[in-house]
Parts: sequence; C-alpha cells; structure tokens
Amino acid sequence: MPDGGPGANLRVAVWRGGSDGRYQSFEVPRRASQTVLDVVTYIQRELDPTLAYRFACRVGMCGSCAMTVNGKARWTCRTHVDKVAADGALEIRPLANLPVVRDLVADMREFFDKWARAKGQFVPKTTREQPFARIDPRSRQRREADAAIECIGCGVCYASCDVVAWNRDYLGPAALNRAWTLVNDPRDAAQRARLEAVATDAGCHACHTMMTCTELCPKNLSPTRSIAGLKRASLRLLLGGGAE
Amino acid sequence: MKAHRGHPAWWAFLVHRLSGIALCVFLPAHFFVLSLALRGDDRLDQFLSWSQQPLVIAGEWIIVICLAAHLAGGVRLLMLEFLPWRNWQKTLAAVAAGFAVAAGLAFALAR
Amino acid sequence: MIARRETLLWAVQRATAMVLAFCVLVHLATIIYAVRAGLSAGAILGRTQGSFLWGTFYGVFVIAVAIHAALGMRVIVAEWLRMKGAAAGLVVGAFGALLAAMGLRAVVAVVAA
Repeated sequence: MPDGGPGANLRVAVWRGGSDGRYQSFEVPRRASQTVLDVVTYIQRELDPTLAYRFACRVGMCGSCAMTVNGKARWTCRTHVDKVAADGALEIRPLANLPVVRDLVADMREFFDKWARAKGQFVPKTTREQPFARIDPRSRQRREADAAIECIGCGVCYASCDVVAWNRDYLGPAALNRAWTLVNDPRDAAQRARLEAVATDAGCHACHTMMTCTELCPKNLSPTRSIAGLKRASLRLLLGGGAE
Repeated sequence: MKAHRGHPAWWAFLVHRLSGIALCVFLPAHFFVLSLALRGDDRLDQFLSWSQQPLVIAGEWIIVICLAAHLAGGVRLLMLEFLPWRNWQKTLAAVAAGFAVAAGLAFALAR
Repeated sequence: MIARRETLLWAVQRATAMVLAFCVLVHLATIIYAVRAGLSAGAILGRTQGSFLWGTFYGVFVIAVAIHAALGMRVIVAEWLRMKGAAAGLVVGAFGALLAAMGLRAVVAVVAA
C-alpha cells in the first residue's frame, strides 16, 4: 500500500478565488479506488460548500471535470488518487491557459470562440430535397476524419499547449483538430473559407509539433496529426490545387 | 519544469529551437572569421592557431552538435509534416538524437 | 490574405530546410574531413580557391541559411519576445540581410583566387 491507504488522510491544496486567488488546504480521508473528482466532491459537500467546480457524467464521457492535477491537465473523474498522489499530496487548480471564473472553474468561452473562428462547424452543400450523400467509410478522407472526430471539447489539450500560452491568438489543438475533420468531409461547402481561417500564423502554421496535446488527450486523439494535415492542405491550396 | 513538458517530442522541440538560436549567434562570427581570408592567409592562420585553445575547441564541438541536432530534428519535422502519419514516427526523436550524438563523436574523434 | 502569406512563409521555410538538409550533410562531412587533414588557412583555401563548385555550393548554402534563419527568428521573437507585425519584420529582415551579406562576403573570401 502506498503512503496511507484507506484510513489515512490526503493533504489537498485547492485553488480558491480568481486568477489572483490562492491555495486553501484540506484534509480528505483516503478511500480505495478514490478519484480526484471524489476528493473535490467530498470537500464541497463535507468541508466547504462554497467551493465551485464543474462535473457532469462523472464516468469519463463528457470532459466537464477537466482540471489541473499536480501540474497536469486531466479528467478528474478518471484520475485515481493512487496514480497521482503516491505521497498523499494533491494540488488541484483550474485548467491553465484560460481565465478563471472562480476556484476550479475555468472560463471556456475563448476555447469555443476559437473553435468557431477555425470554422469548426459543418456547412452543408445540399438540402433535404437532394439525395443522401454517399460516403465510403473506408475512404482515405473518412478514415482521416474518423481518427479525429471523437473530440468532446474537454480543453485538456488547449490547457497543456505551450504555443497557446505563448501566442494568445493561437486557435489551439482542439479547434484545428475539428477543422481537419471537416476538411476531410466532402459534404462540406466551406472548404476554402475554412483553410483560410486555419492556415494563419495563429493557426496550423504556429504548431511546433511539441505533441503535448497528443500525449495528454484522454481520448487518445492526435491533434498534431490533424494539424500536419492542415499544413499540407494549405500548401495544396497555395499551389492552386483547390480547397477540396 | 511544468508537468506537461518533458516528454520526448517536447525535448525535440526545445533542442531544435535552442540549437537554432545558437547557430544564429554563431554564424555571423563564423562568416566574419572566414572573411579574414580576404586580408591574406596569415590573418586566417592567426585566428586558427588562437582557436586551438581548449575552450574554443569545446565551443566548436558544441556548435557541431547543435548543427547535427538541428539537422536531425529538422528532418524529423519534415517527415512528420509531409509524410503520411505513422506511429513509428514517435521514435524519430530518438533517431534524431542518435544522429546528433554520432556526429558529435565523429567530430571529437577527428580532432 | 494572411493565410496565403503565412502558408507561403511556412512553405519557404520547409523548402530552404530541404536545401539545407543536403548542404549541412555535405558541410558536416567536410568539417570532419578538414579537421582530420589539419586546419590551416592554406589547407582550407587550397580546397576552395578558384573552385566554381565550392563557390556555387556555399553561395546557395548562404542564401538558404539567411532565409531559413530569418524565418525561424521571426517565430521566436513573436513567441518569446512578443514582437510581431512590422517591427518584427524589420528586425528579422535586417538579421537575414546581415547573414546574407556577411555570408556572401565569406564565400568570396575563400573562393576568390
């Protein structure tokens, strides 16, 4: 059993306040198979009801509970305390690279604004009057899109990217990854506008292939791979190859 | 170090950036020294004998390693950006590091 | 259009990188050979003076480096010094011009017979 185990206490430092806040310490009883979300929930229910934090499904499907745990962005519902706090110490902060609303709640607006700026929305070519589009799931384009489509917008990649920290305008891994899925969608009508939105020095060309996003994505996606695809697509457009 | 850093691809980025900066600092000096040949062989020879000092030799060795590292890291980036994505590309960072070390060894042994 | 300009700069950076990959490999091999053969002005210049081949090789090398280094520094000053736009363009352009001028002078120095 690592230090403690059921019956001993965890020493938890939790961020309180806004960006100019401070850490507050709590002692939380350690339990078997405890997750970091369990710890935060215990603090809010038993020790300090004023603690603000986000969660929803608590089973690793929605991405709402993402926070910075001992320096790394993670889904707290899927982070076992045993894995990250072997010595019984936990430090919990809101996601980095985002404004703080209060305590453990990050303001996700810029994350989703950049999603929109990267033209991460589907724009149809046809209407309901026309026949269904026929997409072969084994086609190269569909396989590229499928490899990136499972993103649920949790923000872990965005919070962990150094380029996001160094370049406030950088669209970020998630927005660019989503744009790539649409670049590979032959049903979409906004290809040229999308490539023009993402092929800027605050877009795909700002990615330095650090691959922290790919390392930390809880769904094992690779935004780096998608962004490399966007670079090639932008080159094709530049060379007059068209946006399709 | 921030917890999200320190994985192989991140080191590859940092080495590539720092070696690039080192080369940018080195190159004007390098070009200046070579231009000494314009004033005749002996000016260049004077510099070359000065450069036999241990500190200068060590500095040259570091620059050669920077050059090899920047080349290897750059080739890795070209492969990641232009070739179809494959999982073995993760090991490219290790291969690049190996190349840089080999070049450094070759240079050191040649002296 | 910003996307067009940025994609072009990115493409030029990668193109010069490919040219430099070749040049640097040759240069590394040359360095290791030259160091073994003994470094002296005579030894170096004996190989390069009057050589059209070396002149062309180093000329291309210098131009590619000047462009590549300037574009690389452009990103670094934007991310680490928060310098962007016209000011950054000026600083970085001046740096590239300096490298090109000094580099070509060095090529002339070692190739002119």
